[in-house]
Amino acid sequence: MPWVPDTAAAPLAVAVPIVAACLALVGARWAPRPLIDLLATGAAAVTAWLTGALTLAAFGGRVVTWTGGWSPRDGRSVGIVLAADPVNAGLACLASALTCCALLYSWRYVDSAAGHYHALVLLFLAGMNGFALTGDLFDMFVFFELMGATAFALTGLRVEEPNSLQGGLNFAVINSLAAYLSLIGLGLLYARTGQLGLAQIGAALGGRPADALVVVAFVLAIVGFVTKAAMAPMHFWLADAHAVAPAPVCVLMSGVMVELGVYALARVYVTVFSAAVPAAAVREAFIAFGVLTAAVGCVMCVTQRHLKRLFAYSTIAHIGLFLIGFALLTPDGFTGVAVYVAGHAGIKGALFLLAGLLLDRFQTVDEGELFGRGGRGAPCWLFLLAALALAGLPPLGPGLGKALSEDAAGAAGLPWLAAVFVLVSAVTGGAVLRAGLRVFLGLGHRLGPVERDTQTAGEERPETETALTRTPPTMLAAVVLLVLGGVAAGVAVGLVPALAAAAGRAGQTFADRAGYLGQVLYGGPPRPAPPPVAARWTGSGVLSGVVSTVLAGAVAALSLWLPRGARVRARRLRPAVDGLHRLHSGHVGDYVAWLLAGAAGLALALLALPAAAPG
Amino acid sequence: MQVYAYAVAGWLALAGALGIARSHNLVHAVVALSVVQSGTYVLLLSVGYQWEAAAPVFASGVPVTTPVVDPVVQAMTLTDIVVSATVTALLLALTIQIEKRFGTVDPDELRKLKG
Repeated sequence: MPWVPDTAAAPLAVAVPIVAACLALVGARWAPRPLIDLLATGAAAVTAWLTGALTLAAFGGRVVTWTGGWSPRDGRSVGIVLAADPVNAGLACLASALTCCALLYSWRYVDSAAGHYHALVLLFLAGMNGFALTGDLFDMFVFFELMGATAFALTGLRVEEPNSLQGGLNFAVINSLAAYLSLIGLGLLYARTGQLGLAQIGAALGGRPADALVVVAFVLAIVGFVTKAAMAPMHFWLADAHAVAPAPVCVLMSGVMVELGVYALARVYVTVFSAAVPAAAVREAFIAFGVLTAAVGCVMCVTQRHLKRLFAYSTIAHIGLFLIGFALLTPDGFTGVAVYVAGHAGIKGALFLLAGLLLDRFQTVDEGELFGRGGRGAPCWLFLLAALALAGLPPLGPGLGKALSEDAAGAAGLPWLAAVFVLVSAVTGGAVLRAGLRVFLGLGHRLGPVERDTQTAGEERPETETALTRTPPTMLAAVVLLVLGGVAAGVAVGLVPALAAAAGRAGQTFADRAGYLGQVLYGGPPRPAPPPVAARWTGSGVLSGVVSTVLAGAVAALSLWLPRGARVRARRLRPAVDGLHRLHSGHVGDYVAWLLAGAAGLALALLALPAAAPG
Repeated sequence: MQVYAYAVAGWLALAGALGIARSHNLVHAVVALSVVQSGTYVLLLSVGYQWEAAAPVFASGVPVTTPVVDPVVQAMTLTDIVVSATVTALLLALTIQIEKRFGTVDPDELRKLKG
């Protein structure tokens, strides 16, 4: 890479945002606001460039950096390692690019204490980059907490809004508790192996079958990650946090932070535990939890009228799909999820920003109150395009990720999972499409008032100084950039053979445990690998994308134009749906109970399944 | 004796979690959360503890063969305490704001977000 050596890029990806955050805090005392905006956006852009170059370098083999030069001798080290492969460097690049767009959008964002907002966003970016790039379990915990603490503060940033306080508190308590459980798991692993590095623990656990302690340590260690990833039943915090966080912060949380939870789960399993905890048990357990997460997300999404909560539940449904893609534990499954995450990030980020624009103009994000008020400008068409992309329309990004994951499921002998992917894309895409048609074009029947017993009211103060009368160009530019990114993930990767092969190699490198251990512990050269499955559009992928888009259209049409008689009959389902809504009570104690139940369920599944599973 | 330390760690973590689940006061819930974290301190320190071993300080005159307790877990515990201070301060600040906006700190009375 020009100007910066490859091995310096990973530490700089963490250091640059931290230094810029300090400068923004200090500078805000005397510098005018636009200068701080420029500084923060510029720092995020530089980080995006650094991590982009790191990703390119990582395609030629992992870029391993021992901070402070404490490199290992004979596989032993006291140092801390940053190990970049295409997947985690790509995630860091995604986080930086999303931060750039979020900060661009925020040029008009009001903030009570100047500079604090920018500093928090940049520290959040540093936490995400560090979390993605580190190869050390305790560092993962520390960056997890940095990422967490800044995200809690950003969620509760608007202290004058009661909603935002309750959402921030639930988010903070649940994620902190989960992080402490992770720390307990980490302590148990250290007690067993005397190591903290992912590669070192992996080598120490070796090929011996796992005993109960290792399985319990595994479950505890990943509780933090799956809670961050909002796996049901640890997902409750997500909708509350996303409903109240400022729109640009939602872009970061929904686009990359929760996906980093799935990444960490995959990284820790593949590198540390895959030789000890049986793959069959992990596959069955996480496919089951993935399907549960997708189902809960879908039902909650399609029955929402609060736009930001609707998008949040659609994220939960997609997290279910990402978990299923991970659970296949095959290189092409990892490739599929990586492409899916990239496409989903752009599209979902754009949707949250569009919801933010609606809030700034109309002081509400309630689908019923916004009926027909959105107008037919650029936001309208961007919203509808994003809805179709979310539904899996080829050749856009989420569609390609979905198609690749389905192919991977078929190759792993689980072709029925394709139906789950199609259904989830259709329902979530259909729900977003319905909301868009209703809000911007005024189609369908009008909604009644919000039922305050089971629904969250959508009115809030705007995030800008005064309510907007038209869309500012910087805000629109951020939305367009995000949509373009989401589209490009599908078009460029799926249709350019060199990029398709590169994406395939990313999944392959990620799955290569022996290569990771060899390169990190012994400084070995990157291993030659067989040609990967290219991440390109296939006939079946295009067909399934078209099917899910048509189904999404049907879902939208049904919810907009269902005849009155059929609507009355559909009400019979209401008690069940209301029951599910009541479980999402906004009560922190309930959420803690669900978190513990989920952790216990995961432990039982993993301890009980190996006996039943053939492998 | 070692088993006793692990049992205390597990007890603190579970009692703290139960405390948050059953809490009727957010200040109590925040303190219960730091009780869970105290469980992690006890666990980490007992992982690295050895009977009859000295503190891991090799001043001049201390032979390098002296058995010492594991300094890594102590460093981790210190980091953990810093994390705890940050999170607890943030949560208490949120609690103060909640008291101002809602006029209560009982989680049962916070009914803005649901569904």
